[in-house]
Amino acid sequence: MTKPIPWIIGVGNAMRGDDAAAAAVVARLRGDDIEAFVFDGDGAELMEMWRNQCRVILIDAAHSGAPVGTLRRFEANKEVLPSHFFRHSSHQFGVAEAVEMARALDQLPGELIIYAIEGADFTLGAQLSPEVELAVFDTVDHIKADIGH
Amino acid sequence: MTNKGSRKIKVDAISRVEGEGALDLHIQDGQIKDLKFRIFEPPRFFEALLRGRDFSEAPDITSRICGICPIAYLLGASQAMEDALGVTVSGPLRDLRRLIYCGEWIESHVLHAAMLHAPDFLGLDDALQIAKANPQLVRKALKLKKIGNDILEVVGGRAVHPVNLKVGGFYKAPTKSRVQDLVEPLKWAIESSRDLALAFGGFEFPDFEYDYTCVSLRHPDEYAIQDGGIISNRGLDIAVSGFPDHFLEEHVAHSNALHGMTKEGAPYLVGPLARYNNNFDQLSKLAKATAKDAGLGKTCINPFQSIVVRMVETLYACEEALRIAKSYEEPDASCVSVSPRSGTGHGCTEAPRGICYHRYSLDGDGLITNATIVPPTAQNQKQIEADLRGVVERNLDMADEKLKWRCEQTIRNYDPCISCATHFLKLSIKRD
Repeated sequence: MTKPIPWIIGVGNAMRGDDAAAAAVVARLRGDDIEAFVFDGDGAELMEMWRNQCRVILIDAAHSGAPVGTLRRFEANKEVLPSHFFRHSSHQFGVAEAVEMARALDQLPGELIIYAIEGADFTLGAQLSPEVELAVFDTVDHIKADIGH
Repeated sequence: MTNKGSRKIKVDAISRVEGEGALDLHIQDGQIKDLKFRIFEPPRFFEALLRGRDFSEAPDITSRICGICPIAYLLGASQAMEDALGVTVSGPLRDLRRLIYCGEWIESHVLHAAMLHAPDFLGLDDALQIAKANPQLVRKALKLKKIGNDILEVVGGRAVHPVNLKVGGFYKAPTKSRVQDLVEPLKWAIESSRDLALAFGGFEFPDFEYDYTCVSLRHPDEYAIQDGGIISNRGLDIAVSGFPDHFLEEHVAHSNALHGMTKEGAPYLVGPLARYNNNFDQLSKLAKATAKDAGLGKTCINPFQSIVVRMVETLYACEEALRIAKSYEEPDASCVSVSPRSGTGHGCTEAPRGICYHRYSLDGDGLITNATIVPPTAQNQKQIEADLRGVVERNLDMADEKLKWRCEQTIRNYDPCISCATHFLKLSIKRD
């Protein structure tokens, strides 16, 4: 039995330097006819969006102190996300908060894979760092492998 | 603990507020030597970038000031333009504007009260801890917030930064069936917002009261949300156009947001408490009963109880939204026509955090020559510092960590939106 096609969601602000990493991944996937979309709302809304989904792949920029361009893959159903790892708004819930809140409320999708691309410059109007641009290509390849494309 | 010596307490990034700010507190020999609520979110220069733009662009441009309360900007700017262009929006289009504003109050109030402010009263770090301790409460709050977002989506085209509002009304009126779909969820929302108000009413509130100058809109026929005149509990009663004659803004070195004050230089309060104190008589019967059952009187001057007032207002917004949704008929036209002309217009609505004032001047082609926007958090900044001073004075013997917590809680009473104010927190306490 084939697995259902996952929702692929890129989180971040496309106009804020390396925060645009996920949007760049989404753009490349779409260019290869793979359905994916960018989301820039709050984590509470994210929880609503994924609650009835079987499979979700989520991409976000990270700001953890690792070398810029580092790509990490988490299986959220199996592991707790490190706090203060992802970029987040102080007022709203970010990705990590949404995942852990959904876990506490038993509202995680059946399978939730998260790709985190380490960024360096999140300045408004800045371009993607060269290392992040390379990580975007790696992320696309990993996601294609996940979905058997 | 001795009162001798110096204590410096710094909160370098206040959490669970929107934007970037900090608090520096210096206590010397048991006295506050210095207290600064610093806003270092960068200035955003919206008023400058509006110059030269067409009048019709102002609602969508200014709504980008805030992702939490875009309706305050969409409608404040639209109203000011309509004032300048001699247009009145009434009847079903006005009802639709009230409906979408109710949606904004619901999503904004519930997010702040249940997810960001409630942890303060439960001794928890964040809403995740509440979710683990009381998942039913958090599920209810998230569902309630979603209903607010759904209203924004049905009327405004999408939940975040709605795109369907314009000067004169709407690009397209929502269908009757889509608005009718809101009815059943709103019936549930009324009950649930009452449950949350009663739950929050049971919190233990720090002992602090302040004789506030409460400034809000007042409408002759209803609890003011999207229009009205400006009043205060000190006897002020003016048209919106009189705002600049009675309120001033000043730049202070420690804040990128202007500090609002009365023309006499005094702090004043805008937001849920100010509205509740000025307009309690216009709340619904159920909202008044819920306020009473949750422990509130007809006025409330303990800012920590603002969490309860927010839920009373949420309940009222759900009732209003239900009333409008049930009687909704698709209007003949989605907007009234507007033509450019020279003039100056004023607009003011009750954003979730308080009155948000707009003024624009237009040339003969309808291009903006001057723009002024006074958001609620900028108006509340002086009052926030006055509250902090009062709270610290009453708790000088508190250990630094506990005092930090209490100061952050005091700031969160205001649900401050620092991004709006700069068009917010780091806390430092120094004791000598």
